[in-house]
Amino acid sequence: MKIRTWIVPTLYIVFLMLPIYWLLNMSFKTTNEILGTFTLWPQNFTFENYVKIFTDPTWYNGYFNSITYVVMNTSISVTVALPAAYAFSRYRFLGDKHLFFWLLTNRMAPPAIFALPFFQLYSAVGLFDTTIAVALAHSLFNVPLAVWILEGFMSGVPKELDETAYVDGYSFWRFFIRIFIPAIIAGIGVAAFFTFMFSWVELLLAKTLTSVAAKPIAATMTRTASTSGYELGLLAAAGSLTIIPGAFVIYFVRNYIAKGFALGRV
Amino acid sequence: MTGRKSSSKGWLFVAPVVALVAFNALIPLMTVVNYSVQETFGNNVFFWEGVRWFTEVLNSERFHASLGRQVFFTGIILLIEVPLGVAIALTMPRKGPWVSVCLVMMALPLLIPWNVVGAMWNIFSLPDIGLLGKTINSLGIDYDYTQQPVSAWFTVILMDVWHWTSLVVLLAYAGLCSIPEAYYQAAKIDGATPWAVFRFIELPKMKRVLTIAILLRFMDSFMIYTEPFVLTGGGPGNSTTMLSIDLVKIALGQFDLGPAAAMSLIYFLIILLASWIFYTLMMKNEAEE
Repeated sequence: MKIRTWIVPTLYIVFLMLPIYWLLNMSFKTTNEILGTFTLWPQNFTFENYVKIFTDPTWYNGYFNSITYVVMNTSISVTVALPAAYAFSRYRFLGDKHLFFWLLTNRMAPPAIFALPFFQLYSAVGLFDTTIAVALAHSLFNVPLAVWILEGFMSGVPKELDETAYVDGYSFWRFFIRIFIPAIIAGIGVAAFFTFMFSWVELLLAKTLTSVAAKPIAATMTRTASTSGYELGLLAAAGSLTIIPGAFVIYFVRNYIAKGFALGRV
Repeated sequence: MTGRKSSSKGWLFVAPVVALVAFNALIPLMTVVNYSVQETFGNNVFFWEGVRWFTEVLNSERFHASLGRQVFFTGIILLIEVPLGVAIALTMPRKGPWVSVCLVMMALPLLIPWNVVGAMWNIFSLPDIGLLGKTINSLGIDYDYTQQPVSAWFTVILMDVWHWTSLVVLLAYAGLCSIPEAYYQAAKIDGATPWAVFRFIELPKMKRVLTIAILLRFMDSFMIYTEPFVLTGGGPGNSTTMLSIDLVKIALGQFDLGPAAAMSLIYFLIILLASWIFYTLMMKNEAEE
């Protein structure tokens, strides 16, 4: 019985790791070896592909750009979502339910719909090809998500906490920052994790809103793949490097990942 | 949402969110609505066309074909990912040092940029130098996702299972962890079979999170663009061209703004409607119990 239950998750994890292993394997091979023979591990182990990425500004700037807009988006989304989630969790006001649903519908809108209008909108306001444009565009789906997650966590905090603070003479903002935020810090972590995740993995909008100056790493990769033909090793190395920030973030929130959506209200 | 006090302060607090999302959603959506009822020949000259583009899109075989492929894709991945995710969550350890290891490794595919997922599977499945492609071919099965529609579909579906099953696992696992140990002990004393434990204790506790999981998987798989685009480019031919890929081809490739805008609105409405029906049914179900 004990052995049987171990098999399923283990096989699943092996299945998850195989394509990642293959990507890493390719990234340490020379182009000749990739195209010439089928080998399970690199025969002529090389760091050449990684050296190219770390020395060529068109490559490493892609990482800077991506991280810049992802961090901006995460801070914007969580900051504006905090008071809104508090309002949804504590107050009743005109149209609150409709507003909540309207916010969530934006999470349901396919980014493909917005590609062209976003291009026109952000060109019109002069933000085309800036990281802030991508950060703002990603808040379309990340702000509703952050509100949803935070509202779930906030509703788990008893209202007596708010009332006691007022009785003790706290002003609202002092209470909010000094008492309430520490009480839902896990929720903020989870919200930040999911906004980071969805901004980091999205490409369609990020690619549409940038051309040269703010080009994300993902777009650098697709353009390399299409223009210079078969540079699979380089592509694999660039891809392998994009896994690192995610792995890093997961490690920090590993105890909260599962709770994030589970606590949100549908 | 019970026991909240009535206060117009609420609007003050949600104002920044509304402003931000309205800028991002309302202006572009109005642009789309605007294009969907007009014809343009460039130079910002527009002619009123009424519902012409909508009838054109709704009657076009191309739209029916990509919608059909989309529904087929979403249906298949839901049928695979939901039961598989639940099965994996059920067999995962509940405590001990392996929990963190499992969670971190399982969450990893969720944080890989979508085009990298596509590129990774592209390399992994190449028939001559990819591990998967080479293995399948050496088993005597003719497999080449760049040439054969069946292989392409198999790869796209396997990629999505690889990419997103973990989300179902994480959610189902969160539901399972909220079951008190006492329930299991009571079931043991009553001599319940493993199936009965699953059906009457575990499944009801997972219902809420599974609703979220199915909704999210439905919405996201219905909007899928980047991964199949990078993997197959919608090919061979049009065999894996789903709604978003088709839409981007029409809007940014051919620059047919009218039909693209009409298609966008129909597309969005389908997702909204399906999500709403599913959500209402689940809530009704919950209220009855």
